[in-house]
Amino acid sequence: MRDLTNRVLDTAAQLGATYADVRVIRRRDESITVKSGRVEGVAMGENDGFGVRVVVDGAWGFAASDRLELEEADRVGALAVRIAKASSTALRRPVDLDGRPPASGAYETPVEEDPFKIPLERKISDLVEADRAAGAVEGVTFTESMYSGHREWKTFAATDGSFTEQVITQVGTAVEANAIEGDEHQRRSYPDAGGGYQAAGYEYIRGLDMLGNAQSVGDEAVALLHAPQCPPGVRTIVLDPSMLYLQIHESCGHPSELDRVFGTEASYAGTSFLTPDKLEEGFQYGSELVTIVADATAPGGMGTFGWDDEGVAAQQVPLVQNGRFVGYLSSRETAPRVGRQSGGAMRADGWNRIPLIRMTNVNMVPVPGMSLDEIVADTDDGLYLANNRSWSIDDRRLNFQFATEVAYEIKGGKRGQLYKNATYTGITYEFWRSCDAVGDDRSYVMLGTPNCGKGEPSQTARVGHAVPGARFRNVQVGVGKW
Amino acid sequence: MSRPNKLASPEASASTPAATADLARRAGAEDPEAALALAEDVLGRALRIGATEAEVLVMAGDSALTRFANSEIHQNVAERNLTVSLRHVVGRRIAVVSTGRVDAEGLRSLVHRAAAIARSCEELEDWAGLPAPADAARSIGSTIGWSDATAVATPEFRADGVRAVIAAADAVGVLAYGSFSTEAEAVAVANSAGIRAAEQRTSSQLLTVHMSPDGGTGYAESVGMDATTIDAAAVGREAATKARASDRPVTVEPGDYPVVLEEYAVVDVTDMLGYVGFSALAVQEERSFAEPGRKIGTELVTIIDDGADTAGLPMSFDYEGVRKQRVSLLEAGVCRDVVYDSQTAARAGHISTGHGLPAPNPWGPFPLNAVMSAGTTPREELIGGLDRGLLVTRFHYTNVVHPKLAMITGMTRDGTFLVEGGRIVGPVRNLRFTQSYLEALAGVSAVSSTRKTLKGFLGAAVVPALRIDAWTFTGVTEF
Repeated sequence: MRDLTNRVLDTAAQLGATYADVRVIRRRDESITVKSGRVEGVAMGENDGFGVRVVVDGAWGFAASDRLELEEADRVGALAVRIAKASSTALRRPVDLDGRPPASGAYETPVEEDPFKIPLERKISDLVEADRAAGAVEGVTFTESMYSGHREWKTFAATDGSFTEQVITQVGTAVEANAIEGDEHQRRSYPDAGGGYQAAGYEYIRGLDMLGNAQSVGDEAVALLHAPQCPPGVRTIVLDPSMLYLQIHESCGHPSELDRVFGTEASYAGTSFLTPDKLEEGFQYGSELVTIVADATAPGGMGTFGWDDEGVAAQQVPLVQNGRFVGYLSSRETAPRVGRQSGGAMRADGWNRIPLIRMTNVNMVPVPGMSLDEIVADTDDGLYLANNRSWSIDDRRLNFQFATEVAYEIKGGKRGQLYKNATYTGITYEFWRSCDAVGDDRSYVMLGTPNCGKGEPSQTARVGHAVPGARFRNVQVGVGKW
Repeated sequence: MSRPNKLASPEASASTPAATADLARRAGAEDPEAALALAEDVLGRALRIGATEAEVLVMAGDSALTRFANSEIHQNVAERNLTVSLRHVVGRRIAVVSTGRVDAEGLRSLVHRAAAIARSCEELEDWAGLPAPADAARSIGSTIGWSDATAVATPEFRADGVRAVIAAADAVGVLAYGSFSTEAEAVAVANSAGIRAAEQRTSSQLLTVHMSPDGGTGYAESVGMDATTIDAAAVGREAATKARASDRPVTVEPGDYPVVLEEYAVVDVTDMLGYVGFSALAVQEERSFAEPGRKIGTELVTIIDDGADTAGLPMSFDYEGVRKQRVSLLEAGVCRDVVYDSQTAARAGHISTGHGLPAPNPWGPFPLNAVMSAGTTPREELIGGLDRGLLVTRFHYTNVVHPKLAMITGMTRDGTFLVEGGRIVGPVRNLRFTQSYLEALAGVSAVSSTRKTLKGFLGAAVVPALRIDAWTFTGVTEF
């Protein structure tokens, strides 16, 4: 491997690169899809290649290839330099990287049961059993379940002498039941609408007890068909972790990305309301109960690693501290512009994509005192919302709207009436300032998503969110004409 | 490009490691015949180790994208990639394995892993077999979607275009943010039922958001298979004019407004309807609104899917190698048909319309070449029909709230204007909408006589601008 990395770095340097790094990546993905009890798809994919990033005349260039050959290393290194020179013809701010020390070492996701060594038959039968249990409920129209295993071997090398090797392993699964009658279509899923994901082995899948939870998924999908429409109004809401994690993802994680702040995602994902002046003033992002940290060291997180794709070591970066905005997700290029060192959030979607600032594990810190159940018991009148069904937020991450699979009325501290088609909307900082209860360790759970989209060409990131559930006051519920 | 119609029997296609390596080297955007030969090589390997049916999809090509922000190039990338995907069938047991490793050892590993996975699978009870259309051979060698100029586009060519966009921004004192991409690929499919399909495809897209220091933003986009047809300066001027026109927006209250949707917004309507409804799988799973004969739009609304329309980004066959049919989705407001792949077609007793995606595909077929018919109203006269309404340039972050009602939420973005008495009064802050797209089509009162080719999330679409009598805005943001 060093032959290839040395060759491409040497080529780039000889042609004028003042800095270059290269990632050589091999990926293996395995997926199983079951629909209405039938195994619809079993797939395994492998790909490998390398991508080289260079700075020439103060401008970036990047090129990648799936051919791991020394001659190809010469071609790709030279192409990256040529591209950087083209970039330099439209340049206003030359690249200036922070001075992190060279990185070296190895990291590997802790795994108890290697998911790629579990017999495929076993993984299929586990999933089929759960899917059929959900589909056995009378009134379920169709079910859809999935299992996913992902492993990435990554070597990083840079002209500053950095050399790291990492092996990341992640798994995920979901069971989903759909009930349809006339124009009404209701869905319930477990453990999460997009699936439960962690950086772990098959022990995580076993721990979810998919079979034990499948029937209730079917039961509730059918019950939703005949449940009343969630009434509109300004309400108190309690968000289950299965919804709260996405609220954090969209309204805290993305606006904290410093590349968005500086406009480099403006034409696609948008910018951010969290401008640098808000960092200086300690903008009140939320109530004092709200503390959010980007933690690339969190056990089980989909955003956990040893080093990011610039060779910056995994670390914890506070984003919101007791309600005050205190930090960004950042890179070696962007962090110095706000007077800081990179927080290690540069991540690329494989060998053929350039690193971007991405979430690692953006977690909400639990608050000692009440479990999520106790928060419900402490609520006189409200709604309990779980499992996301729809999400949308404006291009500066202010106006959001979410829909959930279920809503339960809370009356006198108890969960009661089931409602369908629940939606809620708000303005990010107003919403987080209305947070008046956060769950403690007893309801703290690591969730995540494998498909956070960003960038052109498009990239998907695998990110984590550990959350405890929380309560919010005066939230507009019920949007649109039903 | 032409290719002799010599469909060698797969069993006879054993090749030496050197020959395989040669194919892998040549299989790129410029050589679809090599891509097809590589597919045939893998097909033969699969059949020799016991596959009762097999399908091989090869996608090979080069893509590049030059990205700019704050009126400078900040990301500039290129990649070369080749993927071989094998659908390996033993009886009714099916496995799909893909790889980017295309040396002899990589391909040997590919077929043996596929065979092992297939042995582990349960039978798919209603497996209908791989497609075998009678006209497969006619799919070989099509260049309907190919442009030599795009295939040879250089970093310098893209940088030239970007500088033209930036110059237009500079001229009005705003900053430019966007991207200029060029792609060239070869797609080849070979299966054991006799399909042999291979063609070259290119595409190019230039888009920009211009942002003014006075709060205005403006969007423009141009898409084509020939990158040299994109007028970068014109794209830059369109965005610049709109950015300045949307300076200092004011707030209007949410509520129901008649709207004019520019083409950039309309592409979201065709995409979303294709995603939630115009798919045979959505119909078979009872989650689609689409029923033949159901009237959902006014007579002005006609949408087809046509992979042969050269106004879009043409493709002559799908990822199962089936020749693409022209499918009428919505004719004068009435639902007609949906798109099928081989599996949904077999379940319905229908023919595949050539809309399959790469296997395995739990999402079903999608219309990737939507074409909405033009109307008779000159584009600039659409707002003339609004007493008090909104002109919307584009949507942002739309998502499905309720699939069967095609209820969608999202934001306006990059140019939203209040119109009174048929004239633009001024820019407004962006609004959130929560709107059934079915009800929106029922309110279409005018369609522009011109159309634009754009890229949506389902592929390329050719769409006009629309005037719609009512659109439900449910919130407002701060900019």
